[in-house]
Amino acid sequence: MSDVLLLSRFQFAITVFYHFLFVPLTIGLIVLIAWMEAQHVRTKNPLYRQMADFWGKLFAINFVLGVVTGITMEFQFGTNWSEYSKYMGDIFGSPLAIEALVAFFLESTFMGIWLFGKDKISPKLRAFSIWMVALGTNISALWIITANGFMQNPVGYIEKNGRIELQNFWEVVTNPYAWHMFVHTVVGCYIVGAFFVMAVSAWHLLRKQHVEFFKKSFKYGLILGLIAATATPFIGHKSASFAAKMQPAKGAALEAVWETKESLPFHIIQIPDPENERNIVEFLTIPKLGSYFYTHSFDGKVVGFDQIPKNERPNVNIVFYSFRLMVALGLYFVALFWYGFYLYRKNKLVESRRFLKLVMYSVLLPYVAINAGWVVAEVGRQPWTVYGLMRTAEAVSPISLSQILFSLVSLVLFYTILLIADVYLMLKYAKKGPYTSTATKGGEVQHVS
Amino acid sequence: MSHETVAIIWFGLWGLIWTMYFVLDGYTLGTGMLFPFLAKNRQERNQLQEAVGPFWGGNEVWLITAGGATFAAFPAVYADLFSFLYTPMMLILFALFFRAAGLEFMHKDDAPLWQKSWKWAFTISSFALALLLGVAFANLFYGLKIGPSGYEGTFFSLLHPYGLLGGLLFISLFAVSGALWVMLKTVGEVVERAYTVVRPAAVVAVVTLSIFFVATSNRTSLLNNFTKFPILWIIPALTFVFALLMLLFVWQKRIGLAFTNICLTIFTLMATGFIGMFPNMLPSRINDEYSTTLFEAAGSELNLKIMLGVAIVMVPIVVGYQLWSYKLFKEKITKETAKGYQ
Repeated sequence: MSDVLLLSRFQFAITVFYHFLFVPLTIGLIVLIAWMEAQHVRTKNPLYRQMADFWGKLFAINFVLGVVTGITMEFQFGTNWSEYSKYMGDIFGSPLAIEALVAFFLESTFMGIWLFGKDKISPKLRAFSIWMVALGTNISALWIITANGFMQNPVGYIEKNGRIELQNFWEVVTNPYAWHMFVHTVVGCYIVGAFFVMAVSAWHLLRKQHVEFFKKSFKYGLILGLIAATATPFIGHKSASFAAKMQPAKGAALEAVWETKESLPFHIIQIPDPENERNIVEFLTIPKLGSYFYTHSFDGKVVGFDQIPKNERPNVNIVFYSFRLMVALGLYFVALFWYGFYLYRKNKLVESRRFLKLVMYSVLLPYVAINAGWVVAEVGRQPWTVYGLMRTAEAVSPISLSQILFSLVSLVLFYTILLIADVYLMLKYAKKGPYTSTATKGGEVQHVS
Repeated sequence: MSHETVAIIWFGLWGLIWTMYFVLDGYTLGTGMLFPFLAKNRQERNQLQEAVGPFWGGNEVWLITAGGATFAAFPAVYADLFSFLYTPMMLILFALFFRAAGLEFMHKDDAPLWQKSWKWAFTISSFALALLLGVAFANLFYGLKIGPSGYEGTFFSLLHPYGLLGGLLFISLFAVSGALWVMLKTVGEVVERAYTVVRPAAVVAVVTLSIFFVATSNRTSLLNNFTKFPILWIIPALTFVFALLMLLFVWQKRIGLAFTNICLTIFTLMATGFIGMFPNMLPSRINDEYSTTLFEAAGSELNLKIMLGVAIVMVPIVVGYQLWSYKLFKEKITKETAKGYQ
């Protein structure tokens, strides 16, 4: 592999991973804030407004970095993957342009309105603005995943004039692969948002400060998280089995299946050995369950690597362990949210210090899970950049080594600065807690920190 | 509508989206460039932050849309433009990082070093963006060193006098736009300081613009299209008229009119450039046969038609709610009420 290709891949991986540290929180948290604003309109209880203000401030810090790291992604297809862009642009460019026109304008403009207007505009307008931001972020996820869906499962195209051309737009936007990924990604983002709110609330509840405020916030996170986490195993399973059907190599890597088999067993503990095309350890085996996962039939046939040429296989270890990690974390979240729900119903939440600590220390796990999921999706598709149509090695720009070194080093440096600043601010404002408001005679709310 | 027609329409839209970006982000970048010179204390910094705060994000999306539209409608141009100009594109990207973070993070901590660092990050990035974008577009007007096997120049071969003149032109136009915007949106001492800045800046802008046009006619083939269709001379002529009117209104202290005219100056300047480039999108300085025309770069007919439909529906909606947001924040920002990014 040439150095430029390797470093370009490395740069893309770093920048997309970095971008995806901010995006899931943006998508998940805004749903909760939108819900708080709606409750404020409905009940006129100022507590909800304080909640929206507090979480909105954290949202805004995170949002800026989501925006700037997103621009890197848009630039990079051209700067580093120009051959890809030339070949795929006719289909891949449009969802990106639509994303900007439909989603980015909406979220940026209304974020500005909410942030600077929230003390001036009516509760209804506040709620409307934040709903538009929420709509924008979720629509943005849809369009970028539509673009990615084409790379996973190219549809609606024709190869013409030495490139891929659009033939059926409807097929591109209804690509089932994209919709599976969209639903799975979005519920994952909701878990990230829910966890974030619960963890920050837990920190305050453990200190017995702003108890009413953070109990309420915790509840909001808990409800969203409970729904999302409970749905995720089903959605995730559908998504994975569909992916395995469309991309047999990715499918074989998920459970490290080396031989094509009917009635494939499932090993709870398994260590693959890709070099020798076998598993070193297969332990705690459940017969036939593997086949069921892949085919919804206990006797179904599962394609193994014996049917896939060596130069069309992804890195099995990365895909296998990322997938296991994601699934294990997903199941852990289900247990945690249901236990939290139980405590909440018993009204024992605030006293359950151990649970609150567990939530707090688990706050990064949803990030790990959702990024592991994308590793499965993207590394699992290799060596293809567009499945079956274009290899990653053919996609890279004809740039020089010094250029890619310059950009890679600078990006890592600047991203590190930005990340440190972001984490510092998030912790600072999360710990600071909400403003305590006192209503004056004129009905105006004044802030006293 | 034939493939060619819809491709030409997209070339127009492409130019329009870039132009919208320069007109709108022009005042944001200008405010950024002048920021530490206009605001002398936290209250005044809050005023300036609030003058651009509700709008800058929406303005920047015009840039993202311009990138997306290039990608969608002219994939080959997107691919070559971004990879040929790899280093300047990366520099633009880094400046975008710190413009955004500088503006929004500046007052989120009280440590003087924190505030100072982010303030200058905001200012220097705004300055760098104006310079880099000016250099980049001047090079598009001038022609790039594109040979049979792609770009043959380096980053430094973009920094010829004409390119740098373009950078200076953007800086001066945006500085005028920013100063006028501050005068429009705020009251108090910042307005007085902005006024002392805007007069020399306006003179520099008009002088630079004149030199730029002379250089354009002497050093580039950008004006060939105008010679072919003389009616088009009205566009660059209008650029001058608007620039001079801007100068006049600045002196008469009619700030609203001056701001309108600086926006129209930027608008017609970019229009002149794009008309001059037509039908090239990546002109080669070496030989015109290595240039990429819009027809060569255009996406498929179906893609262009669908995207045109999306643009026809979405652009007016976007412009609509953006205008509404300007109306919502039309009140002048005082020292006392300004909150800025807290």
